[in-house]
Amino acid sequence: MNNKLVNWFKFGSPQSFYPLAGKMIPWFWALAVVFGIIGLWISFFVAPTDFQQGEGYRIIFIHVPAAWMSMFLYIVMATWAGLGLALNTRLSGMMAQAIAPTGALMAFLSLWTGAIWGKPMWGAWWVWDARLTSALILFFLYIGFIALQAAIDDARRADKAGAILALVGVVNVPIIYFSVKWWNTLHQGASVSLTKAPAMAATMLWGMLIMALAFWMYSIAVTLMRVRAIILEREAHTEWVKNLSEIQGEPK
Amino acid sequence: MHSVIAIIRRDLLLAMRRKSEVLTALFFFIIVVSLFPLGIGPESALLRKIAPGVIWVSALLATMLGLARLFAPDHADGTLEQMVLSPTPLGLLVAGKIVAHWITTGLPLVLLAPVLGIQFDLDRGALGILVLALLLGTPLLSLIGAIGAALTLGVRGGGVLLSLLVLPLYVPALIFGAGAVESHVSGLGAGGHLSLLAALLALAVFFAPWATTAALRIALE
Repeated sequence: MNNKLVNWFKFGSPQSFYPLAGKMIPWFWALAVVFGIIGLWISFFVAPTDFQQGEGYRIIFIHVPAAWMSMFLYIVMATWAGLGLALNTRLSGMMAQAIAPTGALMAFLSLWTGAIWGKPMWGAWWVWDARLTSALILFFLYIGFIALQAAIDDARRADKAGAILALVGVVNVPIIYFSVKWWNTLHQGASVSLTKAPAMAATMLWGMLIMALAFWMYSIAVTLMRVRAIILEREAHTEWVKNLSEIQGEPK
Repeated sequence: MHSVIAIIRRDLLLAMRRKSEVLTALFFFIIVVSLFPLGIGPESALLRKIAPGVIWVSALLATMLGLARLFAPDHADGTLEQMVLSPTPLGLLVAGKIVAHWITTGLPLVLLAPVLGIQFDLDRGALGILVLALLLGTPLLSLIGAIGAALTLGVRGGGVLLSLLVLPLYVPALIFGAGAVESHVSGLGAGGHLSLLAALLALAVFFAPWATTAALRIALE
């Protein structure tokens, strides 16, 4: 790779991406651990106690990054899916498939930690707030994507069908968000506003951003590990997979 | 255009020959709506409040019933492949099939809704808005549903999967559809909701046949 222009399409083939991903995984894990330790240290020891919410607010250091990642990962997944449809690359579909479980996990985490936070703060595990409701629907979209891919045996067809679903979903996510938001303001159910939160202390913001970085690095690492497994599974019949040292080392 | 009308005619004719399928979905709609008062209680103030939501949710579920059969019979007997091969753009033929699906499952719901609304003690103005909202909303349901139907064509456990894929996408239609009646009742006027519903319909008319066509081509590969 001495020439300045890296040939990105070279890594579009599973064969050349597999070792590259293998090399990148430890780095992303290391970054995830480092950011995670710094972020948790800030969030537990440096960030001041909130004068209204006490210590309970500290769960936002998990909650907010998870919520961000759940939305971001859906867009990334749809981007990979769209690339796969447009360029007909095999790897793109595999990436989309590998991202989906992490995205669903993040959506679930944000809902779960939100409920834990909501009980002491709002006095209810769940309110039909616009954000909560649209996060729940985002979770359903992830589950639908995973279910559709799992139901189709032919991997290429699963990729393409999933890609269309992801693209339809990504068009719908803003529509769903705004519809839920207007629905919520019309009903005026829960009078809790997340947007009118008091100005956040700088350390809190830093803690949240660093935690978000940790979540981001974790997502990349896990996705790469998963995509390696998917590559091995789908390319098991090929010569290069049979020649891999980790495959040859296994007792037949 | 001629072939689109031919497709609509054909699908309507097929539906007329097998009336039970259309009627099943229709009676499903009526039964589900009628179950809610039994579960909640006959208090008319409460029923009036939940009526639009109940009717809309039931309409979503009733539309789902017909969706699994939108492409499956044509797929089974090879007609769908002929459609793909025909010189007419597949998108137009798909649009024709969606129109036929709406006429057989959506339109009857629109026509029945006022009767069911009377069961829930809605007044005349609210009934009018309900019908108008359903008239705008049910084609939207057919259009979005067609994408899901094409994606799950010939897939294991397609029926359940279809509802998992499509129901989350129905959320905006449900919100604006049921919201139109509610905001009319509360005196805010239904114009905003109906406009948004119409905007969504315009968007779906443009994109849904296209996405459905892409999904069908993948299914037939």
